[in-house]
Amino acid sequence: MDAIQQAFVVESRELLQAMEDNLLQMESSGGDAETINAIFRAAHTIKGGAGVIECKFIVEFTHVLENVLDEMRSGTIKPDPELIEVLLACSDQLDSLVGCVESECEPDDEVNKASVALRQKLQRFLGNPAAATGGVVPSEAKVEVSGGGGEMETDNWHISLRFGHDVLRKGMEPSAFLRYLNELGRIVHLVTLPDGIPDADEMDPESCYLGFEISYQSDADKAKIDSVFDFVRDDCLIHIWPPHSKLADFISSIEELPEDTMRLGEILIKCGALTQQELDQALSVQSDRSQETEAQPRIGDVLVKQGAVTPEVVEAAAVKQSKVAEKKSLESQLIRVQAAKLDLLIDLVGEMVIASAGANMLAHRSGEAALVESTSVIAMLVEQIRDSALQLRMVQIGDTFTRFQRVVRDTSHELGKDIELVISGSEAELDKSVVEKLGDPLMHLVRNAIDHGIESPDVRVANGKPARGTLRLNAYHESGSIAIEIIDDGAGISREKILAKARDRGLIGSGQVLTDSETYNLLFEPGFSTAEKITNISGRGVGLDVVKRGITSLRGSVEVESNEGAGSTFRIRLPLTLAIIDGFMVGVGKFTYVIPLGTVVECIELTEKDRVETANRQYINLRGGVLPFVRLREQFEIAEAAGRRENIVVVQYAGQKIGLVVDELMGEFQTVIKPLGSIFKHIKGIGGSTILGSGDVALILDVQSLVALATVQQNRGQTAEALRV
Amino acid sequence: MSQATDLPVVAGQAKTDEEQQYLTFLLSGEMFAIAILNIKEIIEYDNLTEVPMVPDFIRGVINLRGSVVPVVDLSARFGRSRTEVSRRTCIVIIEVRGSDESKQDIGVMVDSVSEVLEIPRSEIEPPPAFGAKIRVDFIHGMGKVAGKFVIILDADKVLSVDELSMLGQAAASLPAGQAEAAA
Repeated sequence: MDAIQQAFVVESRELLQAMEDNLLQMESSGGDAETINAIFRAAHTIKGGAGVIECKFIVEFTHVLENVLDEMRSGTIKPDPELIEVLLACSDQLDSLVGCVESECEPDDEVNKASVALRQKLQRFLGNPAAATGGVVPSEAKVEVSGGGGEMETDNWHISLRFGHDVLRKGMEPSAFLRYLNELGRIVHLVTLPDGIPDADEMDPESCYLGFEISYQSDADKAKIDSVFDFVRDDCLIHIWPPHSKLADFISSIEELPEDTMRLGEILIKCGALTQQELDQALSVQSDRSQETEAQPRIGDVLVKQGAVTPEVVEAAAVKQSKVAEKKSLESQLIRVQAAKLDLLIDLVGEMVIASAGANMLAHRSGEAALVESTSVIAMLVEQIRDSALQLRMVQIGDTFTRFQRVVRDTSHELGKDIELVISGSEAELDKSVVEKLGDPLMHLVRNAIDHGIESPDVRVANGKPARGTLRLNAYHESGSIAIEIIDDGAGISREKILAKARDRGLIGSGQVLTDSETYNLLFEPGFSTAEKITNISGRGVGLDVVKRGITSLRGSVEVESNEGAGSTFRIRLPLTLAIIDGFMVGVGKFTYVIPLGTVVECIELTEKDRVETANRQYINLRGGVLPFVRLREQFEIAEAAGRRENIVVVQYAGQKIGLVVDELMGEFQTVIKPLGSIFKHIKGIGGSTILGSGDVALILDVQSLVALATVQQNRGQTAEALRV
Repeated sequence: MSQATDLPVVAGQAKTDEEQQYLTFLLSGEMFAIAILNIKEIIEYDNLTEVPMVPDFIRGVINLRGSVVPVVDLSARFGRSRTEVSRRTCIVIIEVRGSDESKQDIGVMVDSVSEVLEIPRSEIEPPPAFGAKIRVDFIHGMGKVAGKFVIILDADKVLSVDELSMLGQAAASLPAGQAEAAA
């Protein structure tokens, strides 16, 4: 896939997302003109882009869609639920078509069939079902009805040319094309657009900055004129309008021009929509009036009054003007950067933190106060740089949340429920890599809430609740981590049902008493579902344990709160970034290991008495409970005698507590995680590594696999021993 | 911190296929060579962190300017004894290509680094079927230098990431038996 296609795919995806959002908004609040316009613009831009990359199937499909949207814009077709349903389906279809471009393959039969079916549906709204049965809309066909109306009073072709900057470097001579045009016909009028030329200092004399608007008289057909520009088509913007083009086409011309901020009148002249005289006349009227009334009438209004242009053209030009301004300000706020570049920066900054720690140490050793002072200032600044470098990877969670609008809408329709999605805290930020992996678990929980949580409208009314259920997605920061809540006001979870089911399955003993949180945690056991009826959305019990696993792999946790009858809350807690870990450093012999702080429950000393007692066993009595432990020294085969003192770090994983016997407790610290290379991909018990202030590498323990490893080894040991006896 | 010795860049110079440059080094008295194009740098042996539950020939990991690089004990990789650390022990950082064309840096621990030599192709013999006491596929050829043979290693084979990680997997499940036997 080349750069243009890639850009097209990325841009189209964004536009489709915006289109979907707008459609949903239109459905919920009845679309205003701006919403419809936005949807139209999205479809229009996709069509334009598809034309550039010569993707016929998208152009054909979008063409019909655009016609319908155009009718909506002009008010001929009213947006009703049925139409919105079809439009949503179209947006999905476009998404899969864009997917075809992405995977560089032609759409298969199924996709094509869907395209044709949707086109027919769309044609029905246009009122001419016959037109679509042919399947292919001829790309040169006249637009049946256009929003602008009114034919232009000109029998000339209109050509809009914007040469790419590299044209001269590629050995093309723009004026040669113009000369060649003159051979095919006659250039009636030509406007050179010097707007693209930057300041003299920045100007590269080898670049071409010019654009041309040409009024052209010729008997040649469009293909012929088009072929003139074959050599430069790749990097130039070329629009050709046949004589007697509709105003709507000029409007789209205005929208597609490279967005220089230019005065409205000039835009119109350049488009050939009005002449200089008409503009001059209008300008003089404007200044005359302003002398009389002080208040300057907008030039657009004046032109309309004079009948020089139709209101639609002026409006389009005005929209473009404001869009240019809007876009300029947005561009200054956002920069697209490749993730790899950011990672490199973060790596380097991490290095700098270590280097500055080293310099700091040396400064202290030298004992020169001024040097110590300056190195500590540097160290402080470097840490600030690291924090802001990590900030760069942060994205707002809002986009992830908004995507669920559609899920909630579709799923609730399917189940015959009426559910409103309320989003809050969408400005909370977290690492991009976390956001990407969060989608699946969130999807599970949202569908789960819709299916099991919120009751059907009649049940709700019978229970004295409003018929319309509410699902809330909320996010907030909480002490270095982010909490995400999925809250429903549905039936809640019955404790009794869970307990009964758990007893059935033998997960708990009959006499066992569980706290609320322990009870709800049972929901995350594999194969546990309390729904009596299995739907195709959830209920098979393969949801929540997957959620739990997904969240745990992100070093997060998930918990449930529920009020029977009033709804339940699923709360996910995640670290803000995967690049940094809160670690607890321990020493075994001369080695240093890091245990993820989130898993550490407590630290206790392994007393002399315990050491004697546990010589032949691997558990201790922790406040009346059995705590099995692993001696890291033995597990890691460290050939060194045990230290004078030993400690146990109690870690918890999946509700199971175990102890890790270490020599020294070195305290907690925050550190950047470095992946171990692919050589170590099969290693168990070690999750990664980090670089200490001294420059040494310390290994991060993977508590989950360490526990699993110890369990397997002990059990295997037992069997072996039994066999030997 | 470790001192990095950057080697002169030879890739840009017009080297014919006939003459390639090789870095020679000693491993328990025996001389070996590796094509210089694979070698990124040579650092002195310092501050190595051992990784538990891996085969003998993976000595551990080092911090190479912010990235964590595994270090392979070449002697142990050839099935010999582990390299003893001395004052002249070096780590040669080599870029290895995986089967999926991904590149990874791996450090190789050697007794001492000798020199950079040009060995003309005509002076390289095919590896002997046996006798070198090293797996034949590890050997690229036998170079003749001043009347003596130098074993030219095939770095991509010796340090094959796929193979190293497979062996690591075998070792990870091994300690169970060992621990039991010891107990």
